[in-house]
Formats: sequence, structure tokens, C-alpha cells
Amino acid sequence: MSQFLISARGLTKKFGDLTAVDGIDFNVSKGESFGLLGPNGAGKSTVMRMIGATSQRDAGDLTILGKDPEVNGPQIRAHLGVVPQQDNLDMQLSVTENLYIYGRYFGLPRKFVKEKIEELLTFAQLEEKRDSKVEALSGGMKRRLTIARALVSEPEILMLDEPTTGLDPQARHILWDRLFRLKEQGVTLVITTHFMDEAEQLCDRLIVMDKGRIMAEGSPASLIKDYSTKEVLEVRFGSDRNQEVADKLKAMCDRIEELPDRVLMYTDDGESLLEKIYDAGLHPKTSLVRRSSLEDVFLRLTGRTLIE
Amino acid sequence: MSISTTRQGSARLVDATKVQARGALYVAEARLRIMMKWIWMIIGIAIANPVLYLISVGIGLGGLIDKSVGPAGVDGVKYLTFLAPALLAQAAIQGAMDETVYPTIEGFKWHKTFYSMNSTPLSGAQISIGVFLAAFLRTIYTVILYFGVMWAFGALDSPKAWLAIPTAIFAGVSFGALMQSVAAKLENENIFFVVLGRFIMMPLFLFSGTFFPLSSMPFFLQWIGWISPLWHATELGRYLTYGHVISGTLLWAHFTILAAMLIFGLYFSARIFTRRLAK
Repeated sequence: MSQFLISARGLTKKFGDLTAVDGIDFNVSKGESFGLLGPNGAGKSTVMRMIGATSQRDAGDLTILGKDPEVNGPQIRAHLGVVPQQDNLDMQLSVTENLYIYGRYFGLPRKFVKEKIEELLTFAQLEEKRDSKVEALSGGMKRRLTIARALVSEPEILMLDEPTTGLDPQARHILWDRLFRLKEQGVTLVITTHFMDEAEQLCDRLIVMDKGRIMAEGSPASLIKDYSTKEVLEVRFGSDRNQEVADKLKAMCDRIEELPDRVLMYTDDGESLLEKIYDAGLHPKTSLVRRSSLEDVFLRLTGRTLIE
Repeated sequence: MSISTTRQGSARLVDATKVQARGALYVAEARLRIMMKWIWMIIGIAIANPVLYLISVGIGLGGLIDKSVGPAGVDGVKYLTFLAPALLAQAAIQGAMDETVYPTIEGFKWHKTFYSMNSTPLSGAQISIGVFLAAFLRTIYTVILYFGVMWAFGALDSPKAWLAIPTAIFAGVSFGALMQSVAAKLENENIFFVVLGRFIMMPLFLFSGTFFPLSSMPFFLQWIGWISPLWHATELGRYLTYGHVISGTLLWAHFTILAAMLIFGLYFSARIFTRRLAK
């Protein structure tokens, strides 16, 4: 068995004429938190379904836990915990019943599952909701329950497809905290997201995907270092004037990006760049100096923003 | 609280070979658990259904018929004896269908629970068989309860009346399996339910020799009976309970058609489940 839990070579998936995943290569090591970052339609979920051994590849090689998902689907799935993009809990059953039946699907003994449920309810902060029907839970609670459910079999790899999409900021932070704890305990995580802050918080290493291809790979810090500057100065001159001043701004720094509502200026020293702008007689309506993020990396790589 | 304190890892906990052998039973277990949520409704339907039919059709209409045909009877027996196997089979078909069609659409579309089952070691075929097994148990339960109500009403005057129980269950699971494979293919269930209720279930009930022998229908309508699991099961039931006369060939035909529906339904359902989940 190779040193990698997941290994993909030339992985390809087609839906009719559309090539959803276009010959990508990546590896995931034990204990690593691996992310797939990209906009909707980049092919992240398709990759997840192939790693999840439910959807088969059209070309290339894929090895999960040393096995081929085309041949050993059930044997691979026995060691995965899957959190799909859309919660697919059983709405007619209670919180504990959902955990219970899922544990049984893995053939776990009833006694083990019953003990495990207590642990999972604590982890997901759902002790008080244990007998509630799933229908009555908030979005964040459902999400935490889906994650708890995926942990019932103590999987080797936990796979999370867009774990916080659709949640309010508070619910997202609770969820990140829970996932961070798992990461600390050495659980291997595979996460897809189109939120750069999520990728930065949770992933040790990630691939940036667009249109089925890998645009870049590395740790969040190294990606930012390789594809962006240390700081970004955001200036707004009002939507009709941004265009007008763009040429002047371009001359003052390494690179600029014109977005509909603002201009992003890439530099290692945002404050002094802002001074230069004022010195040149330009007066932006608002300005903001911030550190570069993965959003800037994506913009650089594709010329588009992550959330459109 | 940490979850690592007791962490053993799936490599030690999960035995994929065991799931491969028993997976369908785990699915059936979950289905039964869900059914228990509706148990009062299930019991209510199983009792109310026969009570209403036996009072209105059996006693009301039956009394009238028995009086007018005299000792010759319908097919040589009292009307209720004639009717019982058909009502039993009809109840089995309805019960089996409720437990195959709705859970299948729910699993693929409404709550997508089949996709969560399929992210465990369970295969599409196991999910399909598990849903069917639970429906099978519900059908047995419905038929036995129905039979009990008939007995309480004194609707069973043949000592071999209980033999209509297996034929009714046979019809139920055959049609249930077939409908499960149809439901697994569905993308738009709204039209399906309209068609199913008005153009399939209703005619099947009325034109399957349920209330009168199929031979009293005009010939051009008899084909409905021939393709109907209800007619085949009813004929078998009448043959077994009071010695309704059937030729040997026809006897085999009834049995074979029901068995074919069952095998065809199970096979295609498993296949469609597998393919749809892999999409």
C-alpha cells in the first residue's frame, strides 16, 4: 500500500459532452486536512463522489485506502465518513434514531452504536435535541448532525462537501470549531469549499480548481505567497470613475484587478501605496488595506472571483 | 469532550464482509423503524379497510345477491366467500405498494436518503432489496389483520379459507416489486400518482373479477384481468379456498405470471437503484 490514503492520476469524469473533471492528479496523506477550493461548477463535488466510491471515473487511476473504488466500492466506503453538500437525513426520525440507523448500515453492533451516540451528541452539541425530529432542527444543527452521523463508524477519512454553505456566520464558527477539533485529533479531512476563509482556516493543503482542472496546489500560505503580494489595497472611486483612474493606478504597483465596484491593487506595502495615490492627486471615496487571501489567488489564476 | 478518547478507527470496527452479507436486513430494519412512526395509521387502515368493505359490499350487496341467486350461489358459493380472496389480495397489493413506491421516491428524491445509505458500505441492490423486505413484512401483517377482521365478521365459511392468505401476499409482493422498479425510474412523481390512482389501481380493482367472475365481462375488457396481479391471485385464492374450478394450464399461468412479476420487479429494481445511485 502506498503512503497516501488517496491517490489520483489523470482522474477524469464526463457527463455527456461536459468534462466535469479533466485529468487531475493529487494525493492525500494520513492525518492531512486537504481542501478543494473553487467556484460552483468547478468539479469539486464530482471529485468528492468519485473519492466517495459512489460515482465511477471515466479515465485515469484512483486509489483510496490502497483499493480501487471501481472494484472495492463497499470495502472503501466502510472506512469513509461522508458529509454531502445537501443534508440527506431521515426527516421522519429523531436525532438519535438517525445516528442509530446510520451506524447499523455499517454493521456496527447495537450496543456499540448506542454508546457512540452519547459521545456524538456531545460533540455535535445536540444533547438537548436528542429526541427531536430532524425536521425541527435549524440549518446549523442539521449540518452538525450530518457530521456526527458521518463519524459514527470512526472513519479513516472524513469527507465534507461545502460544509458551511447556507449557514449564518455564528453557525459557521461553531462548525469550524468542531471540525478543527477533529483535525487536531488526527482525522484525515477532505473538504470542498468556495469560501476562501474556510479553506484558510481548515486546510493544511489545497488544490484550486476551475472548470475541472487544477489551477494551483499548495498550503494556503504558500499559495498566497506564490500567486499574490503580501498586501492588497482596495480603493473605490465610484462605479463610473474606477475605469477612468485604472490606468493611472496600474502604473503605481505590480498588478491591479478591476472589479465592478472597486479596484484591487497588489503590493507589499499598502499604506505607502495609498499615500502615493493621494500624492498623485487622486481621492478614492473609500480605501482599505488588507492581507492577501485565497480569493486573490483565485482571481489571479482565473480572472474571476470565487462567488459570482 | 474529545471524541478521540475512545477512538478505535473504522479499520477495527467495520467489517465490510458482514455488511455485504446482511446489508439488506439493515435497510429493512431502518424501514421498519420508520413504519413504527406510522404504526397507528397502518393499523387503522388495515382494520378500517376490511370493515368498510365487508359491511357495504359483503353484507349489503352480498345479502341482495345471495337472495336473488338462491342456493346456486355465485360460482357455487355464498357471495362473501366468493369475494373474500379478492378483497384480501386487493389489501395486500395496496399495502405492498404503499411500502415500495413512497419510500423509493422519498429515498431518491424527497429526502435523498438512499444517497446517504449508499455512502456506507451498502450497495444499491441491497437498498432495493431492503425496502422490498420491509414491504413484504408489512404485507404479511396487513393480510393477517384483514383475515382476522373477515373471520370476526363470519365472512369465512370455508375451512380452507386461510389458504387465501399466501395467495394474497404473493399478489402484493409481486405488484409491489414491479411498482418499486417503476418508482425507481421516476423523475416526475406527480403525474405518476395521478396515472397510478385513476388509470391503474382503479381499473385493476374493478375489472379483475373482484366483484363478479371475469367471464361475465365483455371479452374486450377481459384483458385487464389477464395482466392484473389481482385477478391471478384471486383465482388462485378461490381455487384454494372453495374449490373454484380452474384448468391445470391456467393454474400454472396464474402462478407463473405472478412469479414473473416478482422476479422481474426485483431484478430491475436492484439494477435501476444501482445505476441511479451511481449517476
